[in-house]
Amino acid sequence: MIRWILIAVLAIGIIGTGFWGYQEHQEKNAVLIQAENTYQRAFHDLTYRVDVLNDKIGSALAMNSNQQLSPQLVEIWRITSEALSDVGQLPLGLLPFNKTEEFLANIGEFTYRTAVRDLKKEPLSDQETKALEKLYNQSGEIKDELRKVQHTTLENNLRWMDVQLALANEDQQLDNTIIDGFKTVEKKVDGFTKGGGDTSTSNKSVRDHEFKFLTGNQMTNENALTKASKLLGVKNKDKLRITESGKGADAPVYSVSYHNEEESGYLDLSQKGGHPLTLLINRPINQKKISLNEAMRKAEKYLKTNQFEDMTVFQSAQYGDIGAFSFLYNKDGIRYYSDALEVKVALDNGEILGLTAIDYFMNHVDREKVEPKISVDEAKEMVNPNVDIQEEYLAVIDNDLGEEVLTYEFLGTMGNETYRIFINANDGREEQIEKLSGSEVNYARG
Amino acid sequence: MMEKKLTITICLISFLFLGLNVIQTEKTAHAFSSQVIQHGAVGDDVIELQARLQYLGFYNGTIDGVFGWGTYWALRNFQYEFGLEIDGLAGQDTKQKLTKASEYDENYVKQQIKQGKKFTHYGGEKRNKESTSKNKGGANQGQGNQGSSTAVNVPQGYSQNDIQLMANAVHGEARGEPYVGQVAVAAVILNRVESATFPNTVSGVIFEPRAFTAVADGQIWLTPNETAKEAVLDAINGWDPSGNAIYYFNPDTATSGWIWTRPQIKKIGKHIFAK
Repeated sequence: MIRWILIAVLAIGIIGTGFWGYQEHQEKNAVLIQAENTYQRAFHDLTYRVDVLNDKIGSALAMNSNQQLSPQLVEIWRITSEALSDVGQLPLGLLPFNKTEEFLANIGEFTYRTAVRDLKKEPLSDQETKALEKLYNQSGEIKDELRKVQHTTLENNLRWMDVQLALANEDQQLDNTIIDGFKTVEKKVDGFTKGGGDTSTSNKSVRDHEFKFLTGNQMTNENALTKASKLLGVKNKDKLRITESGKGADAPVYSVSYHNEEESGYLDLSQKGGHPLTLLINRPINQKKISLNEAMRKAEKYLKTNQFEDMTVFQSAQYGDIGAFSFLYNKDGIRYYSDALEVKVALDNGEILGLTAIDYFMNHVDREKVEPKISVDEAKEMVNPNVDIQEEYLAVIDNDLGEEVLTYEFLGTMGNETYRIFINANDGREEQIEKLSGSEVNYARG
Repeated sequence: MMEKKLTITICLISFLFLGLNVIQTEKTAHAFSSQVIQHGAVGDDVIELQARLQYLGFYNGTIDGVFGWGTYWALRNFQYEFGLEIDGLAGQDTKQKLTKASEYDENYVKQQIKQGKKFTHYGGEKRNKESTSKNKGGANQGQGNQGSSTAVNVPQGYSQNDIQLMANAVHGEARGEPYVGQVAVAAVILNRVESATFPNTVSGVIFEPRAFTAVADGQIWLTPNETAKEAVLDAINGWDPSGNAIYYFNPDTATSGWIWTRPQIKKIGKHIFAK
């Protein structure tokens, strides 16, 4: 009797475990499928969008009237950005697919540049039309390759999860069809960039340009250490470690660092001229003793002693026990937004904890003073009449195309919001409008 | 005899009151600490400044203890109306004029903040310090090292949540690294957002499949420490010790040969940063 009961109990147990196991398996499958579906969607979206892209560029070539061309270019720009975001969702990770991404980015930038300008006044030049034709052909080739990959995936029911596994295992057995397909696409694009030459009219983001205005002579290792010991406040030079930057650096630097129990410091000095590009000191900060205003004066003094002339505070904020200050170069009543630097001050004893002057040294140069072509009042008329203008400055900013332009800067309020508005001082164009925030309810309280 | 006693008592009592009064006015006159309060400041002085400006009807925002744009314009308007130098700084003269012209019920304000109530501090027709309890803005409960402030400064365009998410990633990726190394990793995330070939959002970059090992193996969900957060804040505020890098890798554990072909910028801690 007991034996039968035991058998029954065990049998129920086995069935129960089996059922549970089955359910777990189902759930795992469901999750896997969902992940797979996300990849599939991104992939199919990508092929579709590259296809549409090709079509749109094709029709843009055929357009004659500017009223149509501008929106078309904007449309192309939008699609490239979507296609790029699709690439970002695929588990390609370290697979070299960046050339294709760059190619897409180039199309985007080209179309953006041409779309934002007034094509009536300045229609597409012959060179630009040629560039567009080239982009059309090349996007066509990418489209074909991608469609091929898509076809094999669909026919053989290939799964992106396998791609991920293959890449993750990295056993050099990467004979995965999808991966191979993408490699072919990449190779094609590589060919474009080698032969294409003038197709990429873009010079990338603004920060990418060289430090062409750095002044001074090449600094020796020894001099760099001397300068660093002064800037970091470490008297004993033996405690400092110094290294040189590699080939990829925008400007060659000496990196000097020190480390003791509580405190660590790091400094990048440009090898040319020995200018401090980045300074960071990290240490525990005691109870706040000085006000933000005092800290600001310490920062101003610090800049003066380190030969940063004509800097004015543009923003100040207290983060915990740290005061952070942004400064702008201000010469002859014009604020230069590209020549910005930041200083970080400890609020316990007013020590300078950080300086970043990368933007400053990248852009700073003695510029000739330019006079605005329109008056302040004319510029004010370009501002939305609902905005109550409170402060006005002359400022030089980088516009959408990365060029420096002289603008009138207005700080104004509308309702409870504050806006910073830049109006081009030559033609009255609205260059930039920004809603200013800067604080937020502290979610961590309560 | 009785009368004399009575007069003495009355005198005594009135003296007492007088003394009390003196003490009280002294307290209000010196309520602000001696600091010059400026844009971006946080703390009890800012709460008092906002409350007093609201009492006079210059400030309509929430009394949250963070000197933001709303406070700035309110202060400038006050300085304009009262014939002071218009500089947006609450210095000695401004604070004196302000204390003279307004009243500040510190206990009431602090209590409201502590209880997390919505409240205002407008001066009414009644000369007593009761304030009307209109619903405006929000304030949360709790204690912090920022006095009673209920808000915090955040860099333009970022929320505390973005900072938190980045701190998670930085902590997961680089928690054993030196401080600069952590700032550099945070800077790489931001450089990728800027870069044309990566997604355009912080979350997009972080969650891009196979981009960060900490995301792939779940280490991103470890609770980050304060160092990671500070590093992220520095990176957002413009520090980039990586030298404008968009890749980094640990040479001891890197499995991809391709990553070695990227032009290297420098090495911080265990990570090599590359273009």
